[in-house]
Amino acid sequence: MVPTDPQGVLTGAHFLDGDYACAEGAMAAGCRFFGGYPITPSTEVAERITQRFPMMNGIFIQMEDEMASMNAVLGAAWAGKKSMTCTSGPGFSLMMENLGLGVMLETPCVVVNVQRGGPSTGLPTLPGQADMMQARWGSHGDYEIIALSPNSPQESFDLMVDCFNLSERYRVPVLFMMDECVGHMTERVVIPSAENILVEERRYTADPPDKHLPYKADENLVPPMTPTGKGYRFHVTGLTHDERGYPVINADAQNKIVRRLVEKIRKNAADIIMLEEEQVAGADVVVLSYGISSRVVIPAVEKARSQGVKVGTMRLITVWPFPEERIREIAANVNSLVMVELNLGQVFLEMDRCARGQCKTFLVPHCGGWVHDPEDIYNVLMEAAK
Amino acid sequence: MTQTAQATNEHPMAEWLRMDRMPHIWCSTCGIGIVVTCFTEALKKSGIDPNTVAIVSGIGCTGRIAGYIRLDSFHTTHGRAIPFATGLKLGNPRLKVVVMSGDGDLVAIGGNHLIHAARRNMDITVICVNNFTYAMTGGQVGPTTPTTAYASTTPYGNYENPFNLPRLAASSGAVYVARWTALHLRRLTKSIGEALHKKGFSFIEVVTPCSTLYARKNRLGSGLDLMRFYHDSSEIEHHAELEKINIEFQKKIVVGKFVDEERPTFIDGYNARMKEVFGDKFKEYGEENGQN
Ligand SMILES: Cc1ncc(C[n+]2csc(CCOP(=O)(O)OP(=O)(O)O)c2C)c(N)n1
Repeated sequence: MVPTDPQGVLTGAHFLDGDYACAEGAMAAGCRFFGGYPITPSTEVAERITQRFPMMNGIFIQMEDEMASMNAVLGAAWAGKKSMTCTSGPGFSLMMENLGLGVMLETPCVVVNVQRGGPSTGLPTLPGQADMMQARWGSHGDYEIIALSPNSPQESFDLMVDCFNLSERYRVPVLFMMDECVGHMTERVVIPSAENILVEERRYTADPPDKHLPYKADENLVPPMTPTGKGYRFHVTGLTHDERGYPVINADAQNKIVRRLVEKIRKNAADIIMLEEEQVAGADVVVLSYGISSRVVIPAVEKARSQGVKVGTMRLITVWPFPEERIREIAANVNSLVMVELNLGQVFLEMDRCARGQCKTFLVPHCGGWVHDPEDIYNVLMEAAK
Repeated sequence: MTQTAQATNEHPMAEWLRMDRMPHIWCSTCGIGIVVTCFTEALKKSGIDPNTVAIVSGIGCTGRIAGYIRLDSFHTTHGRAIPFATGLKLGNPRLKVVVMSGDGDLVAIGGNHLIHAARRNMDITVICVNNFTYAMTGGQVGPTTPTTAYASTTPYGNYENPFNLPRLAASSGAVYVARWTALHLRRLTKSIGEALHKKGFSFIEVVTPCSTLYARKNRLGSGLDLMRFYHDSSEIEHHAELEKINIEFQKKIVVGKFVDEERPTFIDGYNARMKEVFGDKFKEYGEENGQN
């Protein structure tokens, strides 16, 4: 990794909301293309970027819809830019088909979803965390994706840099699953100097055009990118394809490409997964959460501990790929695992699956629109400790 | 892109085609190949470095062009070629970006992108192959199918009104608009050349034969019969009044160059505005911003 281009870095201490911090993180990471369509509560990300881009040679375009946005982002990525879009539930739904194109073409880019309440238009101005399974499975077909979730404006900045780096390293769209609370929460955000922000540069093929195979993967299962406009005369397609990038419509080719798209994430899960654990060793109950819910959990955990319950916490910074092995390990050593999230059980299902019956599992559900009452979490923790 | 020397010797267009992908999927007498030939001829004559040209297609029979033409080429999703092309062009303004796709792709599912790219005067060329039907999926009715024509989803004849594509493109803001048929080889080639050199959004409709589906369902005969029909029924009228050039079932087809004008592109507008606001502090966005 190399120090980033200082043009995009607003070094210093600021008072920013999560959306603005996200925009700053993107620009600090080297993002120079943004294509998007306004939607609450994500619009401030776009507004911040369009305000600052002219001075760093970035290019912003407000597209006609989210299908267009997603495609413009992919096109710009193939043109050589670090590119992104941001949206919320309804727009996220519209992006799904072409998110799949991004996965299939192995296009580095970042999609921000500042989650609000759904389904449909739902709660435009209020929080939700109910797009988590859509993030995992929203586009048709089998694939693996990377999704990170911040719980503060500072982290919104920091993790955006990680999002861009992961997308370059694994050539996959990375989803940044914020929620309205973090998006609109204002806190101190410290932006380091450019030398201290390390970014993954695009890795282009070293092969000459006549020797080059656009989808020949390295030992990490990731192929280096092919540059556009440099005489490679290459072809890419959303159809099932071989190493040449040519369409091949049969089960064998399908098996090869789909397995590699999935394996390149699964095999590198240890590099991708970021977790924050606290007092997990020796705990009877471990409570899992991510995004804003991880902050709402704190008073409930403290109260349960004051009652003598040994509670550990795990915060999912990376939600997808899911920390399957770690959950299984913990499940073998605790009474219960508890999931706190703003939905009626999405990431909970993964936790429950990975626990494999080794311990009890509990969900603290919430339909969104507000955050949990810590008391509700506390009650479940006490139940889980029994 | 390995290509055998032998293949190069065999086919006069081998330099421009992925010979290792032949045979192609198009039916005999399909007009899409003619459009590819005219395009490569135009590109050869244009003096443009082919290594800087990128082709973007959507999905459909026409969408397969991206897979056969030996240039940087992107086969995207149904309807989304234009926004993908928009990202490519803005991401690297040095690229000459050409969209080639079908009428269903560009005007039905992708219709919104077409009018917005024209409105913005995005500096790309769009070549729309109009075979009056959704060919890839088996001959369904589309937004260009003439009223009364038969299609697999209009078994009793089409009762909708089709778009008049040149009028749509022109009224949305395209700076270059033409219509030809697959019979007008020389004129189509010349037109594509002009479009490639045009700064801004250029749009060419090419009426092409689909003898397998459209012609068969409408009992219009063979591919040759369709070409004969184009010969007998098309009328060249440059700068025709666009509201008068609707295509009716088996009636006269008005062809020609209808619009050729100048207007600032999206990037021109952006640069001009930012210069007004920021003065010399603003560095123009342009070709040097192509990053790779
Ligand atoms: C989102 C989506 N909807 C539907 C399809 C199925 N589909 C594939 S090609 C096509 C129509 C193609 O017609 P046209 O664009 O006119 O091109 P042609 O095949 O006639 O050249 C359709 C509907 C698809 N691929 N994706």
